Amino acid sequence: MNNTGTLKVTTPTDREVVMTRVFDAPRRLVFEAFSKPELLKRWFGPRGWSLVVCEVDFRVGGGFRFVLRGPDGREMGMRGVYREIVPPERSVHMESFDDYPGSDSQVTGVFVEQGGKTTLTTTVLYSSKEVRDIVLKSGMEHGAAESYDRLAELLASEKAAA
Amino acid sequence: MTHSEQLDRTFAALADPTRRAILTRLASGEASVNDLAKPFSISQPAISKHLKVLERAGLISRGRDAQRRPRRIEAKPLADANSWLERYRQFWEGSFQRLDDLLDELKIREKKTKKHGRAKRARGEQR
Repeated sequence: MNNTGTLKVTTPTDREVVMTRVFDAPRRLVFEAFSKPELLKRWFGPRGWSLVVCEVDFRVGGGFRFVLRGPDGREMGMRGVYREIVPPERSVHMESFDDYPGSDSQVTGVFVEQGGKTTLTTTVLYSSKEVRDIVLKSGMEHGAAESYDRLAELLASEKAAA
Repeated sequence: MTHSEQLDRTFAALADPTRRAILTRLASGEASVNDLAKPFSISQPAISKHLKVLERAGLISRGRDAQRRPRRIEAKPLADANSWLERYRQFWEGSFQRLDDLLDELKIREKKTKKHGRAKRARGEQR
């Protein structure tokens, strides 16, 4: 079965994260899904989130701008620049999150096709260990922010009731 | 050690295949240095060096038996590193499952267009 559908995540060094995933489609189509905004809109983002802004200037030196909106209406913006584009086998871009200025990372995607299936290997290289830690902390802060929001809501509703 | 330093050490320690293999072995129970050296084609001092790195990173500790000094795995730092990776997994697993569906759709659409094109050509129409 070639492990279709199984996401593998590893950390070969202390600044890199590598993800591997097999798709049951030729790489031409997988590459297209990563480069065309009308297609990206249909899949990019965690469950329950939608890509409400998706601007893509898919050429070397061109930029992209994404805004994801969560189920609670919270938005998460990210932007980046394409560094290298070799359709349909390789692309390299820089990316950072709006909420965390300086959170730059380099993302390399390698698309390998075999027997009609495509193995995508994505390597995320953080510019420093500090950046990696910012990203790590962001997860915790997001969690904290969510609980504060709920607390604020609760206080507001109690005020209204009083 | 700060959280950040701990994470540095964890990832540095995990960046070596022999050390990962040692951890995998220890995940199924404690073992002496001799036991740990057996499956590898490297010397016992080399294994000891790897064990020192793992120990400094807090990923393993020594058991009470003074003679055998068995090593055992420490779960907490590994769990911390793992929860970091879990965020990646959540983001990308959701995305990629939707991408699977989209790719299926694109494949079907492509097949239809090809068939349609062939039929047109068979009828002698211009493309």
